[in-house]
Formats: sequence, C-alpha cells, structure tokens
Amino acid sequence: MLAFILRRILQSLVVMLVVALVSFALFRYVGDPISTMMGQEATIADREALRERLGLNDPFIVQFFDFVSRAVQGDFGISYRLQQPVMELILSRLPATLELALVSGVLAFVFGVGFGVYTALNRRGWLSTTIMSVSLIGVSLPTFLIGVLLIWLFAVELQWLPSFGRGEVVDLGSWWSTGFLTPSGRASLILPAITLGLYQMTLIMRLVRAEMLEVLRTDYIKFARARGLSNRAIHFGHALKNTMVPVITITGLQLGAIIAFAIITETVFQWPGVGALFINSVRFVDVPVMAAYLMLIAVIFVVINLIVDLLYYAVDPRLRVERAGAGH
Amino acid sequence: MTGDKMKEPLLSVRDLVVEFPTRHGTLRALDQVSFDIGPGEVLGMVGESGAGKSLTGAAIIGLLEPPGRIAGGEIRLRGARIDNLSYEQMRRIRGRRIGMVFQDPLTSLNPLYTVAQQLIQTIRTHMDVSEADARKRAVALLDRVGIPAAARRIDDYPHHFSGGMRQRVVIALALAAEPELVIADEPTTALDVSVQAQIIDVLKEICAERGASVMLITHDMGVIAETADRVAVLYAGRVAEIGPVRDVIQHARHPYTAGLMGAIPTLEQTSDRLVQIPGAMPRLNSIPTGCAFNPRCAHVFDHCYRERPVLRQAAPQHEVACWLTEEGGA
Repeated sequence: MLAFILRRILQSLVVMLVVALVSFALFRYVGDPISTMMGQEATIADREALRERLGLNDPFIVQFFDFVSRAVQGDFGISYRLQQPVMELILSRLPATLELALVSGVLAFVFGVGFGVYTALNRRGWLSTTIMSVSLIGVSLPTFLIGVLLIWLFAVELQWLPSFGRGEVVDLGSWWSTGFLTPSGRASLILPAITLGLYQMTLIMRLVRAEMLEVLRTDYIKFARARGLSNRAIHFGHALKNTMVPVITITGLQLGAIIAFAIITETVFQWPGVGALFINSVRFVDVPVMAAYLMLIAVIFVVINLIVDLLYYAVDPRLRVERAGAGH
Repeated sequence: MTGDKMKEPLLSVRDLVVEFPTRHGTLRALDQVSFDIGPGEVLGMVGESGAGKSLTGAAIIGLLEPPGRIAGGEIRLRGARIDNLSYEQMRRIRGRRIGMVFQDPLTSLNPLYTVAQQLIQTIRTHMDVSEADARKRAVALLDRVGIPAAARRIDDYPHHFSGGMRQRVVIALALAAEPELVIADEPTTALDVSVQAQIIDVLKEICAERGASVMLITHDMGVIAETADRVAVLYAGRVAEIGPVRDVIQHARHPYTAGLMGAIPTLEQTSDRLVQIPGAMPRLNSIPTGCAFNPRCAHVFDHCYRERPVLRQAAPQHEVACWLTEEGGA
C-alpha cells in the first residue's frame, strides 16, 4: 500500500516536471514579453536592459531550472499586467473557483447517481424516459449557451437569482473568502453551479445507468434474488456498490475537468475565479499567470487521480490483495 | 389433484407452460411439464442444452427473465400455489423455503462483500436472529459445507477462495435459511472434475441431514445415477420420461432416454466411436407436430407424426411419453 502510494507520487512528480516544461516554454514562444511590458516608446537599450535584468538572456536550461526551483517555492514571478506576485493573485481567486467547483461537483454527483439509479431501476417508466431525453440536452448543449439561457430565464425574466458575480463574501482566515455564509453569496452560486455541473451530471447519470443495468444482469444479483434478499438490499447494497467502482474514476476526473473548464462558466457569469483570471491573462499575454495556471490545473489533476486510486482500494477488496501480493 | 394415494409431494408441478413472446410469435419453451418431488427426495433433471431444465428451475423459484412468463399450469409447494404470488410474497419463499445453487461459483458471489456479510445478510433476511447469532450460524454452516478454519475464513472475500470452495460457500448461502427444497442448477458444471464429486456429496449429505428435497439439474447422467432417487428426462421443453433412477437407466423406455444412455462411454465398450443420437434438438419455433422427438427417432411410426404422446405409466412410478410404450405394451 505504502509502496504503491510512493510509486504514484513519483509518477506524479514526472508528470509535473513535463507540465512545468510546457508552461515554461510559454515564456519563450508565446510572443515577446518585453514588448508587451514596455510599450511602443521604449528604446532598444531600455529593452535590452530589462531583458538582461529579467534573466531572459540566460541559457534555456538555466532559465528552466530557475523556473522550477522558484515554482516549487510557490514563486511564479510577477504578473506582467497587474504587477502583483502571481501566486498572490491566484490564491486570492482560488476560493471562488474551488467553491463553485465543489458545489457543482456535489450537485453533479448526487443528482447524477440518483437519476442514474432511478432510470436503471425503472427502465420503462415515463419519468425515466423524460429524464433520459432531457439529459440529451445536458450532453449536447454547449456550456456557455446553458449559462446564457439560465441567466435569461432566472435572472432577467423571473429575477429570482443574480446574473453575475459572487455576491457578498466573508473572509475566513488570511486568504480564504467564502460565499457560503451570506444569502446573496449562496444565491449567486446557484446558476453558475448548475451551468458548470449539468454536463458532468448527465455524464455521471448515463454512466451509472449503463453500469447499473450491467450489474443487475450479473449472476451474483440473480443469486441474491434467489436468496430472497429485499429489493432495497439488492439494488442499493449489492448492485450500487459494484456500480460505483468505474463511476468513481470518471467522477474524479470530471471534478478536475470542472475546475479546469470553469473558465467558460466564470466568463459567462463574471465569476471572480482563477478561470476568469486566466482568460484575461491570455488576452494580455500575461505569461507568468498562464504558466502558473497551467501548473495549478496539473497539480489538481494529479492529486485527484491519486485520491481516485486510493478510493479504489477502499471500494474493491480484490485490488488490496493483488497489490499487496505484488508488493512482497 | 386429490393426491391422497401417496404422501403429499413437497413440490408439485402440473402442466407448466413457459412462453417467450417475441416479435416473430410466441415461443413455447416449456410445454405442459408435470412432475412431483417428495419430501427428502432428490429428483434429477436431465436433457440437452435448451431442453428447458434451467427454465423449469427459474419458473419454480419465480425468477424467469422477462419477457419469459408462466402461461399455464400450476406450481404447488406443500399444496399451496406459488406460481401466482406477488413479488414480495415470492421473495419470502425464495431462500427461506426454496434455495437455489447456480452453475458458476466464480460469478455467483458478490466480489465486494465478505462471505460473512453475505451469509449474515441472508440469514437475517429470513430469520429473526441477532447479528451475533447469525454469525454463529454462518460459521457453523461454512464448517458443515467443509470450509477449513471456517471461523477465520468467514471474513475473507470470495476471491480468496478457490472455485470448489466458493461453490461450498454458495451451497452454504443457499441453505442458510434452511429451505425445504434446493434447486441445484448444474452445480458442478463449472468446476474441476476432481472436486465435482465432493461438491455433490456435500450437497446431498446436508440436504439429507435437514430433510430438504433437491431438484438436481444437470446433463451429467453419472451425477444423476449416483445422487438422484428419481430422474426426469426433458426434451424440447417436454418431459419424455420420469421414473426411479435405476429403472430409467437400466430400462429406458423412451428412445431418447435410451439414446442418452447409449452416449455414455463405459469401460467395457470397445467400439471406436461413441453412440450418438442423429440430428439435433429442434429449435423452439420449429417443434414438429406430434412427438417432438419424431425426426430423430429410430422407431418412429405414423402415430408419432399425428398426435403428441402424453405421460403414461409404463411401470410402477415410471412414466413415459412415447407411443411405442402405449401400443407395444410395457
């Protein structure tokens, strides 16, 4: 078990190093930061001085090593655009994105599993048919369109919910600001969370349904029925637990996707998160922020994958044995 | 049936018809199947693949796969009809009064639950006992079916056990709530030849101890010969012959049964080729009129094409559905 975790962490480090290389390459190949920073009137001498001062004339390897060693310490430099430390910028925006991702992830998981199980158990009911048809919309409509439609319906026409922003936030500790504690903060979360989570919900729902139907056909479910176990025990004990094994993987990866793809939702709802920060940075070729964002997303994916692997252990006893056997 | 001439049968199946509605018409998979199983009796049920053996078991325990359904006849357990019960009423019978053992022990057990969890859940579904008592019963059961160090191994997961051991666990599960009848659907087919006999012995012994009847579905005549008291031979969803094992094996009346017996190799046999019945069992949508076996029968005559033979007594307790017996005399 411990050996397995160590091995996975080592693999994760390799992945991170590759991502670091890609984000570092941004500095060299996405335009010339000097011209963005200095404007039209700067002299060539001034430009060269700045170039020298920022270390942009050093060899590639030296610059990369410098980049990685500072990144490890959480130093991604200064934003070209906002002239603030990148790490500070991202940390100040991160709570908004994480809270949004958490709420939509939980929504997607709870409703996805719930609807999936329901439609699998009542395959021919009219409600199942309706849910399945509506889910097609969730899969096929682009996120920004869903967001715009929701804003039009609930913010413009019905005026029930705010159309943009985070509402009132409360500071917790030195850097975490939360929207959970105020009514306007909670109301502001609803539309973006639905927009962001709808696709994931339909995906999870369809996956759960397909897996559940598969599991319900297995011999051990037949045998459980032949032993006279109650439907509840069969469906929610024996069948659902087996269904969850593949669902956990997909859900974990989707959580990463939710954080990464929050960009679109954050843009539509003017959500002050890292996604919006990233989009604005792209517009101004603010390479340090872009590079840091890339690294952040990579870290999140790597951590989620690690957690998913560990959850496998918790759910499936067969893995525990095989891995332990291989370890000795 | 006013069956007061003998002791009341535990299970009585009368004219059971199972149909599968399909787009191309209704397929009749079981056609007027009738048989009894007495208390403590082991009834063997043999036939080729697709003859309807497993379907008969599924119909009795009420677990026919849709769209299959019981379209006629009745099933009685100790005189009370069970073929028309609600799902919930039938659920209380499954496991408690009729247990079932499936073919493949590798897939019959839920991989994510320990043997203890599955046994205790089954016991507590049907019996009002505490968790601790259920566990004690579970350990005793495992011990009885021959799992070494049962008290320790009970907390293992199914994948910790070998195929033979898993089938013992399956038997323990099927018997956990002390059913009166156990339907064993090819319980040894998926197992290694060397453990088949052990599993059959365990099953037979425990059922004998508890006075449970067994319906043993198999295509292995050897198993039937050693285990069953009586045997029913199924062909194309119909009972061809039913009677005491010794009688049926030694004096098969139905040409199909005789063919089956001829296909078993013996030590004395010197011929190079195994005897086999020519042709194959008809598909369900093209069962011939008259006797279903008529295209393959060596003794076929005009009556066999005209009318379907019904089960008639050919010897004490020995019934055959064949016009030969009818016209040639026993």
